[in-house]
Amino acid sequence: MSDEPESFIKDGIRLDGRRVDELRPLKIEVGVLKRADGSCYLEFGNNKVMVAVYGPREVHPRHLQNATEAIIRYRYNMASFSVEERKRPGPDRRSVEVSKVSREALDPVLLKDYFPRSSVDIFIEVLQADAGTRTAGINAASVAMADAGIPMRGLVSSCAVGKVDDTLVLDLMKEEDNFGQADMPIAMTPKDNKITLLQMDGDLTKEEFKKGLEMAMDGCKQIYEIQRKALLGAYS
Amino acid sequence: MIDKDIVIPGDLLSDDPRKSGKGTYVEDGKVFALTYGVLESKDRIKVIPLGGKYLPYPGDSVIGIVTDFRSSSWSVDINAPYNADLFMSEYPERINFGDMGKHLRIGDSIVTKIIRVDEEMRIDLTLKEPGLRVLRGGRIINFFHSKIPRLIGRSGSMINMIKEECQCALFVGQNGRIWISGEDDNIALAIKTIKKIEDEAHTSGLTAKIAQYLEDERKGIENE
Repeated sequence: MSDEPESFIKDGIRLDGRRVDELRPLKIEVGVLKRADGSCYLEFGNNKVMVAVYGPREVHPRHLQNATEAIIRYRYNMASFSVEERKRPGPDRRSVEVSKVSREALDPVLLKDYFPRSSVDIFIEVLQADAGTRTAGINAASVAMADAGIPMRGLVSSCAVGKVDDTLVLDLMKEEDNFGQADMPIAMTPKDNKITLLQMDGDLTKEEFKKGLEMAMDGCKQIYEIQRKALLGAYS
Repeated sequence: MIDKDIVIPGDLLSDDPRKSGKGTYVEDGKVFALTYGVLESKDRIKVIPLGGKYLPYPGDSVIGIVTDFRSSSWSVDINAPYNADLFMSEYPERINFGDMGKHLRIGDSIVTKIIRVDEEMRIDLTLKEPGLRVLRGGRIINFFHSKIPRLIGRSGSMINMIKEECQCALFVGQNGRIWISGEDDNIALAIKTIKKIEDEAHTSGLTAKIAQYLEDERKGIENE
């Protein structure tokens, strides 16, 4: 599988026709699942994710419950058909890690002490993957939690920045992710500019890191506006 | 049509922290929305949630369903994330040892009142106040709990209208359960009306709209 492109950027335009600081088209639908307390379907470029939020509800198994606050359980799962080569179903090293960092990205905005002894369960199903599924999952999960009526200090928005052809680009797509030089997903609360997730894979210089972070934060703010519109539009 | 403001968590609502009401929080002297919901700002700023579970408060009258009993208490589902307890001493009659099941069985519905909610969300109920009782007959339907003020209307105008027009006995629990008793046709009409209120709770002029709806339905039934 070496369909590596010769160059990623031509005259300032990327392989899929975007500028270097342009996001992929983002589509969010709220309240798509009837049985869930809150839900969201999100398309981010070629990524398609479905999120269901249940809770606050009783914790099973009981020994996990916390007498002073709610526990958050986050399950990120990729469907076996979400990638080109069939993915072996079930949790693996990668999805356990993505679940953990995503849960921690959402944790700071939740007011967990409102619901002692209970749990909030968030299920992310990636139906189609095209790089940046963890950011898509976080964006969808934060909308679905708002839909579930869970008290939170604000939404969380997330997007990635990376490096291809020695140039920083916002929101990597699959080819750029696979053959690029760096990938750095972040999540933040656009309300007060606090970063809740920051990972990096590949190499960036100090200057690139600073500039990349700024680009990603700017991307998050664009995403926040779309999340906001989706929620406001759900009742009109 | 929306004629009220919808807010999302984290929206700035006011610079005056004294105005912070239910569904809001204060940070750095400013008031922000805590949940996704409808903004209400009369004297205090409140956010009425558009989703979420019922949270029990002491003093709320609720409809509960008995799910279990132990040696001296019943476990009651009150449509919240937590089960509530009704102790034997809070039952209006004296109960002999081992006779719990003769008074309230699993599956029985009760109109009960929350007397205590502690910081671990352990909830205690009572049946010892006037109006609280075991429900026999009728039907229970679910309603979205934060829309209940709309169902009741100003000083009970909406709910009294439904009771009168549908000739039903109605009890609305604060936890979103509604008990309806009456003739089958009347119950069906009451349920239809209540569902309509739930769907249109965020619009204004609702009482007039529902009055018109009930009148039309009545005519429809008479013409048949």
